[in-house]
Amino acid sequence: MISYDSIQELADKATKKGKRISELVLEDQALHMEQSNDELFELMRKSLHVMAAAAEKGLTSQSLSASGLSGGDANKMKQAVDAGRALSGKVLSETLAKALAIAEVNACMGRIVAAPTAGSCGIIPALLLTLKEEHHLAEDQVVMSLFTAAGLGMVIAQKASVSGAEGGCQAECGSAAAMAAAAAVELMGGTPQMCAHACAMALKSVLGLVCDPVAGLVEVPCIKRNASGAANALVAAEMALAGIKSTIPVDEVIGAMKAVGDAMPKTLKETAEGGLADTPTAKKIAREIRR
Amino acid sequence: MNVFDIIGPIMVGPSSSHTAGAVRIGKIARVVAGGQPVAVSIELYGSFAQTYKGHGTDKAIIAGLLGMAPDDERIKDSLALARQAGMSFKFRKSGNQAVHPNTALISSVDQLGKKTIVQGSSVGGGRIVVNRINEINVKFKGDYYTLLIPHTDTPGVIAAVTKLLADHGINIAELNMYRSHRGGEAMMVIETDQAVKGGLVCSIEAVKTVKKAVLIEPIY
Repeated sequence: MISYDSIQELADKATKKGKRISELVLEDQALHMEQSNDELFELMRKSLHVMAAAAEKGLTSQSLSASGLSGGDANKMKQAVDAGRALSGKVLSETLAKALAIAEVNACMGRIVAAPTAGSCGIIPALLLTLKEEHHLAEDQVVMSLFTAAGLGMVIAQKASVSGAEGGCQAECGSAAAMAAAAAVELMGGTPQMCAHACAMALKSVLGLVCDPVAGLVEVPCIKRNASGAANALVAAEMALAGIKSTIPVDEVIGAMKAVGDAMPKTLKETAEGGLADTPTAKKIAREIRR
Repeated sequence: MNVFDIIGPIMVGPSSSHTAGAVRIGKIARVVAGGQPVAVSIELYGSFAQTYKGHGTDKAIIAGLLGMAPDDERIKDSLALARQAGMSFKFRKSGNQAVHPNTALISSVDQLGKKTIVQGSSVGGGRIVVNRINEINVKFKGDYYTLLIPHTDTPGVIAAVTKLLADHGINIAELNMYRSHRGGEAMMVIETDQAVKGGLVCSIEAVKTVKKAVLIEPIY
């Protein structure tokens, strides 16, 4: 049984056995949940299908959320990409469009997979689905990579937190980016050690990021932070695949994230009392919505 | 915790606590009431009261009362669907800070005029705690098979009920007993590892001084 209290241990175990992290996690979870590997794999495939459907829906949707605060940005991004107006390459620009798309579907009460939360649901699928498309990968490989994302997420949830209310946005979009980075590395043929470094690098980049939703809603700045979170994941994966290592080991980064989250004032942890939520424009929006 | 707590649940947005958790509270209120009520009055506390419109907490609770699961795409249309189904509803914001920040108190009335009260709190990630059934304060999470057994506080009731469960090979994960006063109204809440079938529920209801047995199946 895996204890899920150290990503380094998980990576070392995989290295020693000559397996991928996803294989270890799948085998362990099948035992833990008293189900077969195939049953778990198919459940995860179902999640991937929900993710893909949300991305597709969001890319073409023009509808606004109930508050009227968000909607239609994914479509704008997609149009820019399709017209060749994106500054970055296809992988990044398509990833951004999908991250916005899924987060917008969430804001419009559409069907999504919390990954690890509803507020950060766009990051992992945006990057993995884009890599699948652009590199013509088999669906089964992408499903497997979700077990790596989940396994690392379990460690983060256990040692720190994946909730904005507990640890700020670093714990929510930061964790999602760290999980996505590791999954992307594995998907593109990186080693378990590279996955650990990617996870560490993505999380390091957003330490201290606060959770400050305008009017308390999962829209501003959450939707755009899904896009920047997915970009962060891609940057970390790219560096790890190039052989770049995190100087601070991954488990220590998670410890630091926990310490920063604990030190963060309550006003910056999803209470909508600080950060962007406390700006004049945000307060005006909140007043209008509550009226 | 397992992998599907991290990649999952599959749900309708925007917030696991304000939407998915709220559907589950509504659904448990429906089961406890014994079916779809004709009228409901819902009191919202804390952040539920502050942000329920933007998060669709109202639509989520009504969807649960209509029997929908947290991933049902009709949740956003639930208010109209409730009107069509002849279920009237009203929401009230409470300023009471004493209860958990994300709490809803659901009072429902069925066709025969019978009133049922269920209060639940959404505690994060779509997980909930039910903390009141009618006049009795309870505590259960709804992720096991849960039996609610109102009875009169008399010696031997718990033994008789647990024997029935044991005879059917059902293991008890948690058992709690709540009572108003000695010899008064009481409620057993039993969470089990295995599925409880309808026949067994009837046998439990036949136990002396047991008034009723309500089975709540786990809601994902």
